[in-house]
Amino acid sequence: MKTTESTHAAPGHRASGKNTGTVVPVLVRDRKPVIGYGIGALIALLFFAIGAPSALATFRLSSAGDAVELPPLAIPSAAAGWVLAALLVAATVYAWLNLRAGRKNPGWLALTYGLAFLMAFLIWVVGSANNPNISLITLLGGSIALALPMVFGSLSGVLSERSGVVNIAIEGQLLLGAFAAAVGGSITQNVYVALICAAVGGVVVSALLALFAIKYLVNQIIVGVVLNVLVSGLTAFLFGTLLAPNADALNSPPRLRSFSIPGLADIPILGPLLFRQTLLGYLMFVAVAIVWFALYKTRWGLRVRAVGEHPKAADTVGINVNRTRVINVLIGGAVAGLGGSYYTLVSVSQFSRDMTAGAGFIALAALIFGRWNPLGAFFAALLFGFATNLQYVLAQAGTAVPSQFMAMLPYVVTIFAVAGLVGKSRGPAAAGEPYVKG
Amino acid sequence: MTSTIKKHNTTLGTRLRGSFFLVSLLAIVLSLIVGGLLIAVTDEETAKAAKYLFAAPGDTLSAAWKAAAGAYAAMFRGAIFNYQAESFTGMIKPITETLTMATPLITAALGVALAFRAGLFNIGAQGQLIIGAVLAGYIGFTLNLPWPLHILLVVLAAALGGALWGGIVGLLKARTGAHEVIVTIMLNYVAVYLLAFLLSTPMMQRPGSNDPVSQIIHDSAKYPLIFGPDFRVHFGLILGLLATWGVWWLLERSTLGFELKAVGANPSASRTAGINTTRVTILAMVLAGALAGMAGASQVSGTEHFVVGGVAASIGFDAITVALLGRSRPLGVLVAALLFGAFRAGGVAMQTQTGTPIDIVLVVQSLIVLFIAAPPLVRSIFGMNARKARAAAADDSKNTTPTPPSGTVTSGSTL
Repeated sequence: MKTTESTHAAPGHRASGKNTGTVVPVLVRDRKPVIGYGIGALIALLFFAIGAPSALATFRLSSAGDAVELPPLAIPSAAAGWVLAALLVAATVYAWLNLRAGRKNPGWLALTYGLAFLMAFLIWVVGSANNPNISLITLLGGSIALALPMVFGSLSGVLSERSGVVNIAIEGQLLLGAFAAAVGGSITQNVYVALICAAVGGVVVSALLALFAIKYLVNQIIVGVVLNVLVSGLTAFLFGTLLAPNADALNSPPRLRSFSIPGLADIPILGPLLFRQTLLGYLMFVAVAIVWFALYKTRWGLRVRAVGEHPKAADTVGINVNRTRVINVLIGGAVAGLGGSYYTLVSVSQFSRDMTAGAGFIALAALIFGRWNPLGAFFAALLFGFATNLQYVLAQAGTAVPSQFMAMLPYVVTIFAVAGLVGKSRGPAAAGEPYVKG
Repeated sequence: MTSTIKKHNTTLGTRLRGSFFLVSLLAIVLSLIVGGLLIAVTDEETAKAAKYLFAAPGDTLSAAWKAAAGAYAAMFRGAIFNYQAESFTGMIKPITETLTMATPLITAALGVALAFRAGLFNIGAQGQLIIGAVLAGYIGFTLNLPWPLHILLVVLAAALGGALWGGIVGLLKARTGAHEVIVTIMLNYVAVYLLAFLLSTPMMQRPGSNDPVSQIIHDSAKYPLIFGPDFRVHFGLILGLLATWGVWWLLERSTLGFELKAVGANPSASRTAGINTTRVTILAMVLAGALAGMAGASQVSGTEHFVVGGVAASIGFDAITVALLGRSRPLGVLVAALLFGAFRAGGVAMQTQTGTPIDIVLVVQSLIVLFIAAPPLVRSIFGMNARKARAAAADDSKNTTPTPPSGTVTSGSTL
């Protein structure tokens, strides 16, 4: 079994050959990323450097009682703002020079740029808060927790969209997963049964998606949109008629407890972040790794991607296109359903109406921002979890930036991403098209 | 696939029209049955009777029937005609409530439908409606103008706000190829948070209030009530009917409408034929946004009279299902909006009278759309001619799904 493609180049490159449907003519040299870099550098220069607060931005790296206690990190906001802004300007100039010379931008450029921008923003926003002192562990740990359902959701999206089925129903999968975990957990008082129920809940939504989108060839986006409404209505109805009146019997699931991995949990910074999780938290890391490995390093993954890019070719070499799609959509549903159990087993231990509150759509955004790659989607979901958690942390620190704008950030960033200002983001070529043999 | 279409082409038009109405009717009946079953199964009395199911199965069945029939009867009394009311006003009040509920749905769904016809999947009616409502509210309570001028300005501002929010989508789609589904979903959230922010600033927030509610608009900015003060039906309904005619005229009688449909059917061919697809895409989204924005005016000037976080309710999302149910035809959208308005009005009455949560309406509505989109499924459930159904399956799925034809706009762009 040999796969020679590099993982990062996979989606963008193959799709760029097929451009028949887009409205814009194909540009050989894409200026948009450079424009995006320029806008970001300008913002950094104006706000983070020129408009930098005079205070020190202090980040606490460990909490009292940790095995290794690190001193807090105090960063002068203005100096850091200028240095990072200069770095961003340099990166923009470098990208522009590459564009003029017709060279491709190296992969590390976007990563460095993104990290520098994020750091500059964080230092600026913390430095200008009333109390410029936050715990980095709380900030990042909370981000991972908030990102958890989105990671599972976006993995569900990766699995089904890579096989060519657009999955707008992530929200519904998460919600029914949360609902099923609550009911199953309450009846049996067993978290493991609750987790299985959650996965089954997600699979039910997936099965409907597969039935209508693959068997009856209904437009996949329509099915997804309508399924979200159906699940929202159904869970809210059952909540009102059954769960609310019988809360003790049907809506008091057991809690999934977190446990530390001995030794590893004592590593400074990383320990509390990665090795003090619930079972679901550890499952998340495992799931990301498995989906990545399965998609890019196995025969199965190659087939799935072939089905998503060029179903006819896949069919010609003997791959059963629609069966592959059904299986992938169902696995995706199980993954997203598991993620939904976060709401009722970890976050709060009861179900409530529409409690996923649009996380499924952020998962969709993470999927696109992460360019249909499990690792990309994972980091994008973390970024969105970070943005969400930052508004809570900053609300405590007392910031000048209105929390609503912080909350808007993931959505705005995604719009920039799909518009091509943050690099190309192209999906599997055949996603959205039903496959009819012949 | 192509051969099937050719084979059936001669009779396709006539056959589809007949079968579509039948399938729609059956889909509605089927969805109501499923909803009724849900109501019956979750009913407390049914559960009590079910404990001695084998001793007296009739009790369970009658309890189940009573629950479902009771809920639907309450829904009917809330949506069409209240035969239990004491006054004539009380009797016809429900049907006027249906009209009131349908009013914002009509324009918002027309916006979604118009974009569908241009091959654009506009999920963003909610955001466009919110921005329209914000501008309508702002003009409504800040300006002091005489009556016809003020209300005119309010409607224009709402349409403009929606058009702006929709226009962003059209512009990004046409210039960068960004997929409109993603952009509209994201812009919906941006609009929600923008509204929340504005309601916390002195610009919008009601003076002396800590709640995120805006000031109440002036009387001159309110839509006049059509049937007098006893009923909530307002002038927005007339505008909705005018908009239905306007969209029909645009699609069926104007050059722009022809271009719009051509781009929706096949963008590449349209471009080859000399149609400026960029312009058409942007214009379609601007018009769609303007229509959704008008629904915002209907909420603010017609029923709510101020702006709150939930001013848009779920109208923008219902509009998608309405447009799908109406098959993106203006008249179909009007009928579907009235049906959904009736569900909404009836659902409120049902919840207060029988305690059945209004959420069952969402279940029934989404089932209707799912069933209508998959005629072969409905046919097989009702045991209609299986051979004929199979033959029509391929055609139906192409023709009864009022969507951007897959494989044209949807593919190749970013999703």
